[in-house]
Amino acid sequence: MMDRRLWREPSFDFVAKVLQINWIYVVLLCCLAAVGYTALYSAAGGSPEPYAARHAMRFAFGLVIMLAIGLVDIRIIQKLAWPAWLGCAGLLVLVLRMGHVGKGAQRWLEIGGLQLQPSEMMKLALVLALASWFHRASWERMGNPLFLIPPLIAVLIPVGLILKEPNLGTAAITAMLGGAIFFAAGVRWWKFLLVVLPIPLLGQFAYAHLHDYQRARIDTFMHPESDPLGAGYNIIQSKIALGSGGMWGKGFLQGTQGHLDFLPEKQTDFIFTMIGEEFGLVGGLAVMGLLTLIIIGGMLIALRCRHQFGRLVALGIACNFFLYVFVNIAMVMGVIPVGGVPLPLVSHGGSAMLTVMVGFGILMSVHVHRDVEFAALRDDR
Amino acid sequence: MRRDAERTGVFTRRALLLMGGQVAVLGALSARLYQVQVEDGARYTTLANENRISARMIAPPRGRILDRFGTVIAGSSTNWRAVLVAEQANNVPATLDAFSALLPLSEYERARIDRELHRKRKFIPVLIREFLTWDEMAAIEVNAPDLPGIVVDAGTSREYPFGDKLAHIVGYVAPPNESDVADDPLLGLPGLRLGRAGMEKYHDLGLRGRAGSVQLEVNAVGRVIRELDRLEGIQGEDVGLTLDAGIQQSVLTTLGDESASAVVMDCRNGEVLAMATNPSFDPSVFNSGVSQAQWLEWTKDRRTPLINKATSGLYAPGSTFKMAVALAALEAGTLSPGDHIGCPGYLDMGDTRFHCWRKGGHGTLDLRGGLKNSCDVFFYEVARRTGIDHIAAMANRLGLGVELELDLPGQRTGLIPTREWRIAKGHPWNVGDTIVSGIGQGYIQVTPLQLATYASRIASGRMVQPHLTRRLAGALQPGSEPDDWPVLGMPEKLLHNVREGMWAVVNEAGGTAPLARLADPGVQLAGKTGSAQVRRVSRELRESGHFDSQKLPWEYRPHALFVAYAPYDAPRYALAVVIEHGNAGAAAAAPMAHDIMTQVLKRDPANRSEPPSPQVAEVRS
Repeated sequence: MMDRRLWREPSFDFVAKVLQINWIYVVLLCCLAAVGYTALYSAAGGSPEPYAARHAMRFAFGLVIMLAIGLVDIRIIQKLAWPAWLGCAGLLVLVLRMGHVGKGAQRWLEIGGLQLQPSEMMKLALVLALASWFHRASWERMGNPLFLIPPLIAVLIPVGLILKEPNLGTAAITAMLGGAIFFAAGVRWWKFLLVVLPIPLLGQFAYAHLHDYQRARIDTFMHPESDPLGAGYNIIQSKIALGSGGMWGKGFLQGTQGHLDFLPEKQTDFIFTMIGEEFGLVGGLAVMGLLTLIIIGGMLIALRCRHQFGRLVALGIACNFFLYVFVNIAMVMGVIPVGGVPLPLVSHGGSAMLTVMVGFGILMSVHVHRDVEFAALRDDR
Repeated sequence: MRRDAERTGVFTRRALLLMGGQVAVLGALSARLYQVQVEDGARYTTLANENRISARMIAPPRGRILDRFGTVIAGSSTNWRAVLVAEQANNVPATLDAFSALLPLSEYERARIDRELHRKRKFIPVLIREFLTWDEMAAIEVNAPDLPGIVVDAGTSREYPFGDKLAHIVGYVAPPNESDVADDPLLGLPGLRLGRAGMEKYHDLGLRGRAGSVQLEVNAVGRVIRELDRLEGIQGEDVGLTLDAGIQQSVLTTLGDESASAVVMDCRNGEVLAMATNPSFDPSVFNSGVSQAQWLEWTKDRRTPLINKATSGLYAPGSTFKMAVALAALEAGTLSPGDHIGCPGYLDMGDTRFHCWRKGGHGTLDLRGGLKNSCDVFFYEVARRTGIDHIAAMANRLGLGVELELDLPGQRTGLIPTREWRIAKGHPWNVGDTIVSGIGQGYIQVTPLQLATYASRIASGRMVQPHLTRRLAGALQPGSEPDDWPVLGMPEKLLHNVREGMWAVVNEAGGTAPLARLADPGVQLAGKTGSAQVRRVSRELRESGHFDSQKLPWEYRPHALFVAYAPYDAPRYALAVVIEHGNAGAAAAAPMAHDIMTQVLKRDPANRSEPPSPQVAEVRS
């Protein structure tokens, strides 16, 4: 009933693997990177320097990494899952002790000239670790609450560390990502309720213990017009830029809000606003459509995979991408508080691009190795 | 394997659920995007334009002030100035040091520049030095490589070709202060000047013009990216004055070094042809700011260069007042032209003796003789008979002690005392007060402009008002024709009696002002001298026989006055001259009146529409 040929072979040959790569998906990613190139070209005032050219270089580099990882056997990746989690947890501790402070929080580690944001890497490691844990779980064991405690700890440790940076947005995204994998792995509905219901109370408690700048961010989100030149400025200018773009946009390189510097951080957080201003609703929806295709593509890879590890990993990576997209776009439209989350493959920024491409590499590996056979489940023995 | 299938089924269901949820969320975001971009699009477009479009005003060129023949007496000239654009300079202090090596900057200037550099954005030019000469400009241009960020550009500044000769009339402009800017945002423009005195102030609104506007695209920090639209302003309108700059100059030449003032009017319509005040000041100094030392020098000078003596200097009219007394008496019927009054050299009133200027007296005189000899006793007696109230009413009617409708700010009213005024001050009015008023002394104070108006009204029989504005934006203003003015409402015969006396003063043997007689017997001048004491002369001093006002300290000497008009048979020009502490009207003021009237008649501005050709050379010299 299954293709035995792949199941038997621990590693099929190189050419076969390359042919198995989901090239349509690669093209979609290239399209998104091209959107990024265009927007960054405009953000620099109609010049490839300083953003767009570097963006293209990084994407090309990321693409190579992605394809290379895509050819790595998913079973090897599974073996590296927990070590990766441990490594990232270590980096998170390190970042708290000696990280670079940016925007009032310790987020960056500088290693050999490369800026690392361990929280981003941790999300991938967490996906791998949880998938690895639930991969072994039978339907019966999923019902055992004790079985759920180690993965819960695996989620809460990084969430706690990231909160301590403090980086509320990423911590929330990490928690949601963990929740998505728990959900997909088959944890019962009512167990989620146990976790979700106390959140409003926790939220109140957390608000009281938030840093001032985080509280200000939430406050200005609620009432952006109350402080048009201060913290609410970004949201207001972003909405003005989007709104003035209208249906068809002001035209490439014609966005006034972006080019006259009214729009803050237009090459990073507010790149989607640039696109919306210059290409209008039509352009904005087109980009959102492309992003949706990439998310759905990731989910389809998950659905087509024959092993639980691959399914959970692919779903986790697709969800991670979705969360990036959602937080960024909702932020620039003033739906959720501004959170310093870039639009993957579009925004300018090296470390985020690399992490995202590593994630897509793992996704590709799942796709290429969707039919491989893992060692027998412990429960089945 | 069955368990695995069950697990797969759960995963598939939940994955599809998640996927659906994600698509729904993205759909909701799309709806939100539609709302922001399309439904609220118009509002945000407006906001985006408000962000990027900055409307700025452009200062219109200020209108010129011209004399009656179109000679420019206040215009705008190009002012070359060096400015520093900080962002174009690599090292601002180094550039300033290099500039200072060429054209030394004082510590004060340096501090101002540093302050402005600190306050303004880096791309906004900061003024380094104004009013550059050609040599200075050349020095800057040659050394341009050492002066990164220094740019020479052209501004405008107000120029007064006649300098101090017309300062009190033209006034001056100065940078507006903060409260002015609140009234009219146009005034906030850099380089804009506001009329602060004189005609510059009186006609400021018209001269200012209407601001143009320019729509600029600016970025978030306010830098101008490009010009979107431009609406040119309307240039300020030219103001044509009644003055003849040539006459003004010759009057000033005549006044010489005296602290004096003279007003020449067209007696038929009140046009002021010259209004000279000596000494004066250079109005262009106000353009760039007056130094403390200069200000102190002006305010400490007892010859008061900042005060327009013609309109604000108050003097007792002395004997020039006698025509008003005579007319009051003639009209009141207390004197008829044929009445004779004897002058023994004094008039006793109670226990006070009022002296005539001539020791020994004039004998018996009629009105004509009284004026001709300027007999004080004659007018003591006439004033006593007529009473102060009649005299004051006549003086006011003739333009003395009243506010004239002169279109120049800063006019003083002077004073013609009345019984009522004195009583209001808490004192009784004594007949002695009436008697000294009869010779224009006592409480009476008038301005030279009022005296010129007085002479004009006597000469023309019309209630002319002195005025300086002849044309606005080229259009002749009302008041230029004699018929624009009402008549005095006094029988011509009465006026004639007085005019005859004034003629005799100058042209008849024994008159007090033979020095004012014109050379050409065909054109005759009628006038009246006046000497106004500024200090009471004690009886002892007078009787000692050693009284000689020439020996008094300058500030105690009497003022010398003369009022006149010419030609006698067809009056055209009226004149008043007041020389502060000039001693005697006959000796000091009458010759000046002669010189001035000779020039005026020669140029005859009232009958000419074009300036005499040699004037241009004269003006520029």
